[in-house]
Amino acid sequence: MRQRKIIPGVHPNLLIKDAASLMPDASRRGFLRGAASLGALTFLTGCDIIDGDAAEGVLRKISAFNDGAQAALFNRSKLAPEYPESAITRPFPFNAYYDEDEAPVVDGATYKLEVAGLVDNKKPWTLPELHALPEVSQITRHVCVEGWSAIGSWQGTSLSEFLKRIGADTRAKYVWFKCAEGYTNTIDMPTALHPQTQMTFKYDHQILPRAYGFPMKIRIPTKLGFKNPKYVVAMEVTNTDKGGYWENQGYNWFSGL
Amino acid sequence: MTAETIITIPADAAIHPRWVRVCHWINAMAILVMIGSGWQIYDAAPLFGFKFPKSIALGQWLGGGLLWHFAAMWVLAINGTIYVTLGLVSGRFRRKFLPIYPSEVAADAKAALTFKLAHDDLSHYNAVQKLLYAGVILTGILIVLSGISIWKPVQFQELTALFGGYDFARYIHFFAMAAIVGFLIVHVTLALLVPKSLRAMVAGK
Repeated sequence: MRQRKIIPGVHPNLLIKDAASLMPDASRRGFLRGAASLGALTFLTGCDIIDGDAAEGVLRKISAFNDGAQAALFNRSKLAPEYPESAITRPFPFNAYYDEDEAPVVDGATYKLEVAGLVDNKKPWTLPELHALPEVSQITRHVCVEGWSAIGSWQGTSLSEFLKRIGADTRAKYVWFKCAEGYTNTIDMPTALHPQTQMTFKYDHQILPRAYGFPMKIRIPTKLGFKNPKYVVAMEVTNTDKGGYWENQGYNWFSGL
Repeated sequence: MTAETIITIPADAAIHPRWVRVCHWINAMAILVMIGSGWQIYDAAPLFGFKFPKSIALGQWLGGGLLWHFAAMWVLAINGTIYVTLGLVSGRFRRKFLPIYPSEVAADAKAALTFKLAHDDLSHYNAVQKLLYAGVILTGILIVLSGISIWKPVQFQELTALFGGYDFARYIHFFAMAAIVGFLIVHVTLALLVPKSLRAMVAGK
């Protein structure tokens, strides 16, 4: 094991804290240190900041490789299975990194969806304008990164249809979403153009309740739940990967199903 | 295996050819990472009324566990594919593991539990070993396939359906892990009780 580098006058724990400040919960940082699995893995976990970061760097590189593998595996015409009404999970779970009563409250009357980036028409969209778009519906399985799943019913307009209407350059690599509470998400263009990727305004044929993302959620049945942003207030078509709330902390970027 | 085929093996031949030993130890590392990180992932949404202690789960939090799991999976899958292919093509699996007769398994199991089962010839497996080794290889295939079906329930939805759907496949994946951990406990204990078997897997004989 390597000697820990000591910066004079700075306690090593403070250095760890400093490195951890990038993440919301310090205990989540340094997931390569300390927790040796089955005893036999102590040699892999290291005991100082440098080794931990080196190993994390390797794992992040493999995760980036996995993004490419999943993009290659992604079949634009392969549809997520759809289910009958009777299969819907009731009640459909609320899920976020905050409690339900802390969920954003968006005023539908003043709401405007901002559109930016590589698009011809950057005019913001009001909710009545969005609701007037052609409606599509799906009953699909939401799979959470944690492992659980639930079947829900979502209605809205196809994102590919919307991108066409605003004159988006669909040769761009990404679509980035920003949410009312500051949550962000970037998805690849092939997924944005997938026939089931939906700008969702209704849950089970009722206007989206606050818990499920009022006024707009992006429903992507080909991606894990955290890649399905709620309370979306802005989108940008871009060639720059702007990352996302969870992706920046270590969840796999592509997270395809 | 007949007496003649044993005699034709040169006296200095390795009990385990090099490819078996290399694949074995790569697999051992990969499977430990997969199990440790799998426990971390399990803890995020437990299937049963218990969690694995954080001290034995790899990756500190779900994101770390997932990074480990989806890195080691390549090692496990590539190494496992090489091992199974060579095992089938070389005829080693057939020679070492087959045939397995239930009556022999019962007799050898009884002998083993009463400490009357010898393991003098490391190149020959008794019926219980045959069953366990063949069984754990099949379980390995099962855990990889059920894992793929959980990882890609849209792209590989036919496979997921074969495993009874996404939620059911998680249980299969879990029980395959439990079976492999059970195997590992027996396997490691016996390898330590018969140290020359451990030497054979390191040095070849």
